Amino acid sequence: MDILRIATAGSVDDGKSTLIGRLLYETNSITQDKIEALESASKRKGLDFLDLSLLTDGLIAEREQGITIDVAHIYFSTPHRKYIIADTPGHFEYTRNMVTGASNTSVSIILIDARNGVVEQTKRHFYISSMLRIKNIIVAVNKMDLVAYSQEKFEAIKAELLGIAEQVSFKGQTLQFIPISSLYGENLVRKSEETPWYDGATLLDTLEHFSTQNSELSTIQARFPVQHVVRPKTEEYHDYRGYAGKIASGTFLVGDLVEALPSGQISKIKTIEKFGTQLESGNAKESVVITLEDNIDVSRGNMLVKVGEQPESRKEIKAKICWLDSQMLTVGKTYLLQHGINRVKAKVTNISSVIDIKNMSLSNEAPADGGLKLNEIGWISLKTASPIFADKYEENPANGSFILIDESSNGTVGVGFVE
Amino acid sequence: MSTFSEKTTVYQANDSSFPRELEDEAIYILREVASQFEKPAILFSGGKDSITVVRLAQKAFYPGKIPFALLHVDTGHNFPETIEYRDWLVNKLGLELHVRYVEDSIKQGKVKEETGKYASRNALQTVTLLDAIEEFKFDACIGGARRDEEKARAKERIFSVRDDFGQWNAKKQRPELFDMLNGKIELGENVRVFPISNWTELDVWNYIKEEELRIPSIYFTHEREVFERDGMIWADSEFINKSEDEVPYKTQVRFRTVGDMTCTAAVLSTADNLDDVIGEILSAQISERGARIDDKRSEAAMEKRKQAGYF
Ligand SMILES: Nc1nc2c(ncn2[C@@H]2O[C@H](COP(=O)(O)OP(=O)(O)O)[C@@H](O)[C@H]2O)c(=O)[nH]1
Ligand SMILES: [Mg+2]
Repeated sequence: MDILRIATAGSVDDGKSTLIGRLLYETNSITQDKIEALESASKRKGLDFLDLSLLTDGLIAEREQGITIDVAHIYFSTPHRKYIIADTPGHFEYTRNMVTGASNTSVSIILIDARNGVVEQTKRHFYISSMLRIKNIIVAVNKMDLVAYSQEKFEAIKAELLGIAEQVSFKGQTLQFIPISSLYGENLVRKSEETPWYDGATLLDTLEHFSTQNSELSTIQARFPVQHVVRPKTEEYHDYRGYAGKIASGTFLVGDLVEALPSGQISKIKTIEKFGTQLESGNAKESVVITLEDNIDVSRGNMLVKVGEQPESRKEIKAKICWLDSQMLTVGKTYLLQHGINRVKAKVTNISSVIDIKNMSLSNEAPADGGLKLNEIGWISLKTASPIFADKYEENPANGSFILIDESSNGTVGVGFVE
Repeated sequence: MSTFSEKTTVYQANDSSFPRELEDEAIYILREVASQFEKPAILFSGGKDSITVVRLAQKAFYPGKIPFALLHVDTGHNFPETIEYRDWLVNKLGLELHVRYVEDSIKQGKVKEETGKYASRNALQTVTLLDAIEEFKFDACIGGARRDEEKARAKERIFSVRDDFGQWNAKKQRPELFDMLNGKIELGENVRVFPISNWTELDVWNYIKEEELRIPSIYFTHEREVFERDGMIWADSEFINKSEDEVPYKTQVRFRTVGDMTCTAAVLSTADNLDDVIGEILSAQISERGARIDDKRSEAAMEKRKQAGYF
């Protein structure tokens, strides 16, 4: 059984929580006692229908304010696959949570309130989804019931978004538009009779047919960051030396010639193991132990790659960055850069431009107040204390991103995408 | 409730195989814990989730040993079957087990035994846990909590940083991007780690089945003295204050979670093997935490306990 990971995005009140609640309900993923709890909570709020958003807004502050503040993870499954949804908040102030929630997903569902059409948040979400190179975007035009299921309204929204897509989409990204009503379940799981002019698939049907991220990651160059060296030192495994890690991308085969980075030493894969079972190959996202023919110098934070497929050794990094902290990113400041599991010190040497998402344009000047603020996206240059072996994010998303850690707070303050 | 009655489709989650990707993810997390922390421990309750975590740790470091100690916070109200199981597992895998008792925290005057009909030591164990963390200087505690269990848990991170007082601050959580885990902390702080965050109850059962793991016998049907309260079936025990009209009787039940005896409700069941248990879950009308008496106290019960240092 595979897993499809999805992020939902949209402005406040566009109906994300309701949509998710409905999907859970129709796939029989909500148990009777939870439905009863929903009924009484809805009644307490004076509603005469079931407020499905109460299912996902789990924090006290969220229920009080009636908004989603933090990413919630929600699970459901069909006979075909398991789904993990990251329900991300719509407010501008929570853009960082949107980036976080979307960072592990291969599908982005962007909700639009049919009455309001495309708004600034829509553009922002579209931009972020493309920046993260999320392969499949579904634009769900919601609350169609409130615009009398008007085809004209739907087409107008579609045309406007297609214009935006032209500027930010990347090759291979799919874009689908579905007219829905989350409240009444139209075109979510059941094909709606209210939209005879729409001949596309329902939302769930569309999801059922997407390929997962893992199958694609397995076809690109292979990267194996070593997490942990297994040395049992027991009698039985006296000379055993295994390299434990999760294959970031590509496929490794027993017998492959590999190079250890940064040492540059070369050896051959002797075994690929999982709990003692010997495999012929290992694919992206699999946690394995690799043993080599020769005793070469490999430790935590090193990377095994196939000979002839080395990523660039970088000490000067240009990256797009999304800032996640209330303290500005400033030129000259030193952070801890974590690339995969490997950490090095890094100094910000330049901030070259900031993105104005409203107008989809770049200001080619350094920011006026000298730094990058919370929720802003910009281009920066960094200099690291020792080289990292990263790929360009667009070529290998699994080996092309990093986080920045502020050593004074230990907080994760930024996420970067290597250019 | 007009909009709700129109469910037309019959989509039923089925019991097809366990998604192995979840195991790979959990093993990756456990290996990060071993490398990023000085002294990690597994919080072991003897329940199916912590049994799963131990299995994952066994696989993550094989053929090496599990590099974590087990910590059990004993409320003194455990099912004896769970304790028996715990000792069997510890012995089988050659693990290091630490047990700390809520009873001792009560004797030391740090917490007060609850009284009345709903008296339970479930909330009290937080104090014992925090004391144990300090005593052993654990900097990471690995737990079997899952996001699908409860609404506040749906917002929990994989590495959940707690302050000096073990408290959870929902608004100050670190963003977790891709699979990069940031476990950097100051002295005195600690991290709760949840490697099976993304598993559902069904995933856990399917995993136990595929891995052929042994589990405590109370997960299967057995005859037991029970009584009814608030529409739930309670196991009769000396730890529960019954009123006169709560008359115990014998029937066939099993448990879906094995917490403290005072806060775990039983379900009527004839399931005596894993396939039947899984079948029951697929058709169940009640959620897993719906059988947790402690969660029924209020809608925000879990979030409030987490703020206080619960896991
Ligand atoms: N009429 C109508 N109302 C909807 C629809 N979807 C959501 N709503 C309502 O819009 C409000 C906001 O929905 P919610 O799911 O909380 O939005 P979120 O902020 O995006 O999570 C709630 O009152 C919903 O009942 C829809 O398709 N039609
Ligand atoms: Mg919401």
